[in-house]
Amino acid sequence: MKTDELIAALASRADAVEPRALQRRYAMALGWGAFGAMLLMAILLGVRPDLVEAARLPMFWVKLAFPAALFAGALLAVTRLSRPGVRLGRVPGALAAPVLAMWLLGAIVLLAAAPGERSELVLGHSWSSCPFTIALLSVPLFGAALWAMQGLAPTRAALAGGAAGLLAGAGGALVYALYCPEMAAPFIGIWYLLGMLIPAVLGALLGARLLRW
Amino acid sequence: MGASEDRLKDLLVRGLAGDAPAYHECLKALSAHLRAFLRRRLVRLPDEVEDLVQETLLAIHNQRHTYDAGQPLTAWVHAIARYKMVDLLRRRAVREALNDPLDEELEVFAASDTEAADARRDLAGLLDRLPDRQRLPIVHMKLEGLSVTETARVTGMSESAVKVGVHRGLKALAAMMRRE
Repeated sequence: MKTDELIAALASRADAVEPRALQRRYAMALGWGAFGAMLLMAILLGVRPDLVEAARLPMFWVKLAFPAALFAGALLAVTRLSRPGVRLGRVPGALAAPVLAMWLLGAIVLLAAAPGERSELVLGHSWSSCPFTIALLSVPLFGAALWAMQGLAPTRAALAGGAAGLLAGAGGALVYALYCPEMAAPFIGIWYLLGMLIPAVLGALLGARLLRW
Repeated sequence: MGASEDRLKDLLVRGLAGDAPAYHECLKALSAHLRAFLRRRLVRLPDEVEDLVQETLLAIHNQRHTYDAGQPLTAWVHAIARYKMVDLLRRRAVREALNDPLDEELEVFAASDTEAADARRDLAGLLDRLPDRQRLPIVHMKLEGLSVTETARVTGMSESAVKVGVHRGLKALAAMMRRE
């Protein structure tokens, strides 16, 4: 087939493209993914009984703000990486900022604490299960974000998959924060971050294979 | 380049809104630019150029919903052409044949080359390998120019199945090109 014939074929009966297709796709994916994460939490963990009391503590909101900020940064990364020719710009900085802020807060808390209390602040009661629970809760969003990305055009597959994984991880952490009783900044800065990085690494590995077009 | 960028962007935006003649003109102009662009990059693989022009055009068509009108068209087309070129080179494992470093700012619209060599790939043959539910909608709508309604009547498929068939079929064609 000659190129001119191909062009005529592609243009023939070419319908209007749905406007804001990318936004709609991600809105749908994240809606279903968030619903799945909530459902998974309700089934596996239940809702924290003292949620209302916990919500009065400032640290509860800091704990929510940390994954929320990473979720926003990852969403920006994911939408930019889904379009050919769009640069990341300041997105890496936007992702690093909440992590550095949480580490700074954690360092201050550790320095202020008595030496005997420090291991408790770092390990809490659930350090060994926290990252894996976050990774588990991120599964629905992980699938949804990769599905959305597969219908778009990421030119850097591994990076795009990693961003999709981080988005899912941050969403999972956000949901988990509603349940998790840990309140220490050092704990959040280490184990929450690790939990979000598990799907991010998996996303980068899978993305390099799945996100071809 | 500026005037060309503005004109092509205008054509594409109209095309995406459903103006098929504008879309046709846009693809035609893009094909000439892509040909010049790829010919310059693939000096040692002149026989690959026309196939890659076609592959890139199909990619542009299949991913056209990812173009944001707020974005320079040049950057979008560059990125797609570069992606397809790297993919080809990876496939052939002849990265060293690349004439210029990839990071260089490539000026896809700076030159134009309307002289198409013959494509080597047998696109019609690839089309034949698609299942009927994808092949028939493409043949009737894209090659014969029938409407969705007419295609649905001729094939006995539903209108939505016709649309899905075209969409998935063109994506499957792109995947077949990649796997060759």
